[in-house]
Amino acid sequence: MAVMTYLEAIRETLRQELRRDDRMIIYGEDVGVRGGVFRVTEGLQAEFGEDRVIDSPLAEAAIVGTAIGAAINGLRPVPEIEFADFIFPAINQIVQEAARIRYRSNGDFGVPLVIRAPFGGGVHGALYHSQSVEALFAHVPGLKVVIPGTPYDAKGLLASAIQDEDPVLYFEHKAAYRSLKGEVPDERYLIPIGKADVKRQGKDLSIITYGLMVSYAQRAAETLEKEGISVEIVDLRSVRPLDVEAILETAKKTGKVLIVHEDNLTGGIGGEVSALIAEHALFYLDAPIMRLAGPDVPAMPYSPPLEHAFMVTPDKIAEAARKLAKF
Amino acid sequence: MAGSDALYGLGLDASKIETMYYYMVLSRALDERMWILNRQGKSAFVISCQGQEGAQVGVAAALDPTVDWVAPYYRDLGVVLYFGMTPRDVMLGQLAKAADPSSGGRQMPAHYGSRAHHILTGSSPVATQVPQAAGIAWAAKLRRQEGVVMTSLGEGSTNQGEFHEGMNFAAVHRLPLIIVVENNGFAISVPQSKEMAITDVAVRAEGYGMPGVVVRGSDLLAVFEATREARKRALEGKGPTLIEIKTHRFTPHSSDDDDRSYRTPEELKAEKKDDAIHLFRQWMIEQQLWDEQRDRRLRQRVKHEVNDATDFAEAALYPDPSTLLAHVYDD
Repeated sequence: MAVMTYLEAIRETLRQELRRDDRMIIYGEDVGVRGGVFRVTEGLQAEFGEDRVIDSPLAEAAIVGTAIGAAINGLRPVPEIEFADFIFPAINQIVQEAARIRYRSNGDFGVPLVIRAPFGGGVHGALYHSQSVEALFAHVPGLKVVIPGTPYDAKGLLASAIQDEDPVLYFEHKAAYRSLKGEVPDERYLIPIGKADVKRQGKDLSIITYGLMVSYAQRAAETLEKEGISVEIVDLRSVRPLDVEAILETAKKTGKVLIVHEDNLTGGIGGEVSALIAEHALFYLDAPIMRLAGPDVPAMPYSPPLEHAFMVTPDKIAEAARKLAKF
Repeated sequence: MAGSDALYGLGLDASKIETMYYYMVLSRALDERMWILNRQGKSAFVISCQGQEGAQVGVAAALDPTVDWVAPYYRDLGVVLYFGMTPRDVMLGQLAKAADPSSGGRQMPAHYGSRAHHILTGSSPVATQVPQAAGIAWAAKLRRQEGVVMTSLGEGSTNQGEFHEGMNFAAVHRLPLIIVVENNGFAISVPQSKEMAITDVAVRAEGYGMPGVVVRGSDLLAVFEATREARKRALEGKGPTLIEIKTHRFTPHSSDDDDRSYRTPEELKAEKKDDAIHLFRQWMIEQQLWDEQRDRRLRQRVKHEVNDATDFAEAALYPDPSTLLAHVYDD
């Protein structure tokens, strides 16, 4: 077992899967010679050749559209969209095509496809290199949306996504790439898509979150522990499908729920999670459900004070949790 | 424009010629029946192949359904019949029945698809099939499969970004792809002059580094020849070809359209003289490959097939509402 960064865990999983399944190909802008702008695919073209790790034209609809065709004709494409912010030209192919092909063909066709994309802010990326786009896709039946919060989960979830028979969006937080480290087993393992994970047991309140916010919530929980507040942390890991059972279980256990995400508040994953709790666990609650999320502005600004004001931080999480604990 | 003077050298024998004619006649007859069913209130929607049968059958006949794939668009009845869909299959889709092989009655009629027949499932947003077809061709190339991929679309759809992105991708990777533009002159009501500032869509090919050829859709053999040539290039590893087929739309855009508001009857009447079915029959007779008696027999056979397909589909069951939630995911 090695200690790896979140980025290394993703790279090693890609390497392992490329070795394991010769149907798998990787492509996208700069993924080949350059190894990706974040170096996630560094060294993979040298090892697997230009037929399997491929630099594509700068055209997102073609990246996803050709991946759909390649998947239908027997390959396992794992294309990368260089930044989640640039996924929008491919929405037609993702939502109208990949997501609907199994349904519209009555099960005759399937699209085993994993679209990897770095997302999230706090890295001086401004409006167009900081976005969280998961809620847009989580709305669409036919898609699966996976967002790992630790190096360990990054590996197991990516292997599952590549093995999946349906289109999976796999979002990687840019700020997590090098800041998160953890033990990652060398051997291949699978983490089922749609299964949440309790990252910390607690009794006073539950924080339900995903992605980079998992580690931020952990930092907040450590602070709060010193103040005598015991926090449970549920990492959703997949935002479609949601692990309804795990959500309800933690809500019933602590009676207080804080939902945290960096994506903006309105129409975000927090709305769906809180609706599930309100529908199925209302009478277990000791306080109103609380949401802490990015503000409803079009995207994250560049200038440091503005960026900081946008970001959900461990301090903001601790502050919200304190308020909830006191209710 | 390429001519069709040379029959010999095209690899066509009398039987194949008759087969091509049969598929054009069958496409037209099935399509006409769909309109009757629509006007009888039995089918909510029709979108037609009428006027484009020469383009569709000419292209499909130059392909090999055992190894090639097609990613057609919603007018391509002639293509899907040639690739193995039966009249019964088509009518099951037209009447939205459970046994519709394309979608089990989930999609509007004419949104064909069948893995078994190498027909990619299609959608209503136009040109999405172009990058997908390039992807199928790409996988074929990487996996060293035999065969080529043909994708088709209307000229209006060539204004979509996905057409251009798909063309570019196919050219960069020298993919075994044939892009067929069935130019019927209209995007619903908008004439070509308001869709683009060029006369021939085929010139767009040059910008991507692939050949673009123009043929007349009423000239079945010219269409066949151009497609055969494109297929040969593709199999030789020379990459994609764009074929623009000048054709006509003899019907309104769909059963929900009324083309009298944007086309004159005279214009339509003149176009109907340039009908591949009529012209090919004449040519067959001139070549002494065909006669009136055989024509009557063939039309009787087609009428019987269309009646059978209609009766079969009308008697077939609708999908059970309990299947609404099926096939969202693999599990």
